[in-house]
Amino acid sequence: MPDPSEDGDVLVRAEGIVKHFPIKEGIFFKHQVGSVQAVDNVSFEVRRGETLGLVGETGCGKSTLARCIMRLFPLTAGRLTFDGADLSTLSRSQMRPYRRGMQMIFQDPYGSLNSRRRVGSIIGDPLAIHKLASGVERRKRVQGLMEVVGLNPEHYNRFPAEFSGGQRQRIGVARALALHPKLIVADEPVSALDVSIQAQIINLLEDLQGEFGLTYVFIAHDLAVVQHVSDRVAVMYLGKIVEVADVKDLYATPRHPYTNALLSASVVADPDQARTRDRIILSGDVPSPINPPSGCRFHTRCPKAQPICSTEEPLLKRGAQDPSGHLAACHFPVADGEKLASEKATILHTVEGFLAEAPT
Amino acid sequence: MTRFLIRRIVLGIVTLWVIITLVFILYYARPGVDPARELAGRAVTPQLLANLNKEYGFNLPVIVQYWNYLKRLVPWPGVFNLGISNNNRLPVTTIIAQAVPIDISLAVGSAVIWMILGISVGVLAARRPRSLWDRGATVFVLTGVSMPTFILGLLLLYVLYYLLTIHGIAIFPKPGSWTPFTQNPLEWAHDLILPWITLALITAATYSRLTRSSLLETLGEDYIRTARAKGLSERRVVYRHALRSSLTPIVTQFGIDLATVLGGAIITESIFGLPGLGLAVVQAIQVQNLPVVIGIVLVASFFVVAANIVVDALYAVLDPRVRVS
Amino acid sequence: MSLSTVEAKASEVPAEDPAVKGIQGRTPLQLVVARLRTDRVAIISIVVIVLIVALAIGAPLIAAITGHGPTDTNVDTGTDANGQPLPPGSAGYLLGTDNLGRDILVRIAFGARVSLLVGVLATAIATIVGVVVGLFAGYYGGWLDSILARIMDVVLSFPYVLFAIVLVSVFGSSLELTILVIAFFSFAAIGRIVRGQALSQREKEYVEAAHSLGAGNLRIMFVDILPNLVAPVIVLATLLIPTAIIFEATLSFLGLGIALPTPSWGNMLSDAEGVGFQAWWFYIFPMMFLLLTTLAFNLLGDAVRDALDPRTERIFAGRRKKKPA
Ligand SMILES: Nc1ncnc2c1ncn2[C@@H]1O[C@H](COP(=O)(O)OP(=O)(O)OP(=O)(O)O)[C@@H](O)[C@H]1O
Ligand code: SF4
Ligand SMILES: [Mg+2]
Repeated sequence: MPDPSEDGDVLVRAEGIVKHFPIKEGIFFKHQVGSVQAVDNVSFEVRRGETLGLVGETGCGKSTLARCIMRLFPLTAGRLTFDGADLSTLSRSQMRPYRRGMQMIFQDPYGSLNSRRRVGSIIGDPLAIHKLASGVERRKRVQGLMEVVGLNPEHYNRFPAEFSGGQRQRIGVARALALHPKLIVADEPVSALDVSIQAQIINLLEDLQGEFGLTYVFIAHDLAVVQHVSDRVAVMYLGKIVEVADVKDLYATPRHPYTNALLSASVVADPDQARTRDRIILSGDVPSPINPPSGCRFHTRCPKAQPICSTEEPLLKRGAQDPSGHLAACHFPVADGEKLASEKATILHTVEGFLAEAPT
Repeated sequence: MTRFLIRRIVLGIVTLWVIITLVFILYYARPGVDPARELAGRAVTPQLLANLNKEYGFNLPVIVQYWNYLKRLVPWPGVFNLGISNNNRLPVTTIIAQAVPIDISLAVGSAVIWMILGISVGVLAARRPRSLWDRGATVFVLTGVSMPTFILGLLLLYVLYYLLTIHGIAIFPKPGSWTPFTQNPLEWAHDLILPWITLALITAATYSRLTRSSLLETLGEDYIRTARAKGLSERRVVYRHALRSSLTPIVTQFGIDLATVLGGAIITESIFGLPGLGLAVVQAIQVQNLPVVIGIVLVASFFVVAANIVVDALYAVLDPRVRVS
Repeated sequence: MSLSTVEAKASEVPAEDPAVKGIQGRTPLQLVVARLRTDRVAIISIVVIVLIVALAIGAPLIAAITGHGPTDTNVDTGTDANGQPLPPGSAGYLLGTDNLGRDILVRIAFGARVSLLVGVLATAIATIVGVVVGLFAGYYGGWLDSILARIMDVVLSFPYVLFAIVLVSVFGSSLELTILVIAFFSFAAIGRIVRGQALSQREKEYVEAAHSLGAGNLRIMFVDILPNLVAPVIVLATLLIPTAIIFEATLSFLGLGIALPTPSWGNMLSDAEGVGFQAWWFYIFPMMFLLLTTLAFNLLGDAVRDALDPRTERIFAGRRKKKPA
């Protein structure tokens, strides 16, 4: 699959990443009775300088995958290379030097900043941990960072509680930038913010990408945001990546039925397009990641499911008419112009029509 | 539920075993200790030492001694044996059996007072937060938690016994009075009234605080608001609904307090000269009567561990959430 | 505008708001101090504590001025013509003398040293140990937590006067042992709270953020989590001081704490009890100082809790370790 000649371009390579959380039970001695298969056999790559968007419904394992990339916990299985180094099995202390190259921005601008520490010490924390600067030097660098992200450097001594949500997220960005990382994993960095502020933070992230040559893994459940920021997009369902493609291919010709459903359900940037697309309603609930369906994990809800889908797991592969980077894991990929059946489509049309007319 | 109980009981047994072992190490196997010498206490003679060494097998390897010590604690008639007091050569079990009725009397009477007093003060305070009642309750609680038991005991003795008696009003009995319930219930209560008050006043403070805070919390919850909205009288809301669900922390506290008093209210008994387990252990320590000290420590520990298990079980019945964790 | 409204606003309003400028860079500690300064009860208790500390520090000075050492039996002036102790207000003896002719004022002052030393040192040790144990248990979880939490539960639920006197009877009474024993039975009160808080704090995103920056476990525990626990720890520590003071007085009262003739408030009272009630001043002064001290610390503890978190209800919130029955 990945072209070896491109290897110099690849910053992160994930091969068969598995993360299962054990479920334990027992009166005295806990034993494992099962596991949450949060991420199951996922492979992808992140190229230098690009933004890889990661979308999927809540609970599909996006955050878990982000934490796998950051190696915030041991992987159950799989191989993870970052900038040529194999991080798959490194211990917590062995990981430390590599953390300089990879940083994370968190979803919750409140919870992710320690409310008992001053902003200066929060942003300077990575410099202190990696013993890169101290005293006046650290202060200067921190104030420089504050300026870069659009904070007033004079607020160095304030506590996070004295800032608004957007400003706090800027603090988080400054902290992530402090070590000049190559990769920034942003786990829903704007979903906790007001829409007006979301745009500011996204613009900031885009500016910084150009300025510092950053590579982003950008997680969101808002397809519009992902479409806006990403070069490529990966779609997750129940612990698996089901489709990955360049952003325009994915949005124009989604191959996986689940991607189609997701796109049809979201209000995409172009309202005309949104209205012309039939809304596909998925029947049933998302199955439990403790006991996922056999074969294709989507078969319990897929409008195109066939017997083979429940027995044989489809692999990520390129369709005949697709460009090289467009992969989908489906036995029966959706063809160009194909409409997916949905019983409730008509009802939904009316609802959507109603919504479209409602003042925004 | 059964799993939860099994877990608790096993943990209780483990706790008891740890304590038993610690006591063994402390008294018999601590470096540099001569257990026969310690056991003999003040009245040491070479003959006694020899007897003790033989009886307890102190010349045997420590592990064998430990095994014998454990064996004697198996709660089975004919096996269970806490040894013999150095003072009067009575079996320690007999001494404990004589003392326990006093502790039961002390516990029962004071518990009734402290529950009634503590809970009513707490309810009064919670029904009208920030009122004069509440402030009074505050003073009551603060004094209660700041007051050492022996000071309250001495104060009560001084004012209610000494001052009244020297002015010819001898209402309260002198310290050291004790009449078994079976002999004369009225006399029994009369002799115990001051110790009861002492224990109860000190303990009630905690219950007032617990009642008030947990009642305030429940009164703020939705279903209570619903009950109010349905037009139930305030009395009914407070007593029928809110108080009942505030009981959980109170029950927990009660079990542990009761067990502690049962295992010997050391200070109260010392001040009022009541020959319960508490006084017995203090006196035994003063004359180094080791078998009695160890016996009482083990019995008191047993009460506490047992009370913890009962409380946990009750807790699980009252509040299903704890079973999960 | 009151300070609490300022703080409440600070969390909602963007930093440009001029109202927020006023408190820029104010640490939570500064806010607490500012709130305490407006609290009359807090100020009174601080004044009382300062006076008692001054009494303790100035004890040798009082001895020098009166010319009576704490253990001097002032054979010539300390008793009246019949060899009876002097009542308060006698020439040269402000608070009178005890049955051996010792100056009660001087003994009270030296007793304050013991009480404060034991109270503060035992609390300090208990706090440090409790914080470390609680952090490790709560942060690491798993079997380490199971063991540590169980130990703390056992220590907390134990009839600790009984165990304290057992330990003292084995190792002999001394100031150091008294402090250690008190610290041992108090650390669990702090440890359990810290553990609970650490358990919830470690799930916070800021901990994950620190991890992703490359911070080690120790750094996360002590640099990131600990500052978030300062508030409850300060409150508990303030409330542990009076508990430790009461504990020491109780042990000394039972003759198992500070050994005579070194004065402590507890052993002065046990001395007095041996004499009887005729000389009321033997009792009243040690009692008064003991109560005043414990009350002041308890009031201060509540005021600090109030200042740290104005939402919690004064006094009643939280479960405090109880004192011996
Ligand atoms: N530490 C954990 N222990 C057990 N299960 C976990 C843990 N973390 C996540 N999970 C489970 O793994 C699955 C994936 O969770 P994850 O947080 O990765 O989803 P997500 O895609 O980020 O969702 P969201 O959009 O809500 O953030 C969920 O079922 C979740 O309950
Ligand atoms: S493999 Fe089958 S079930 Fe899975 S998405 Fe494709 S068509 Fe649907
Ligand atoms: Mg997530």
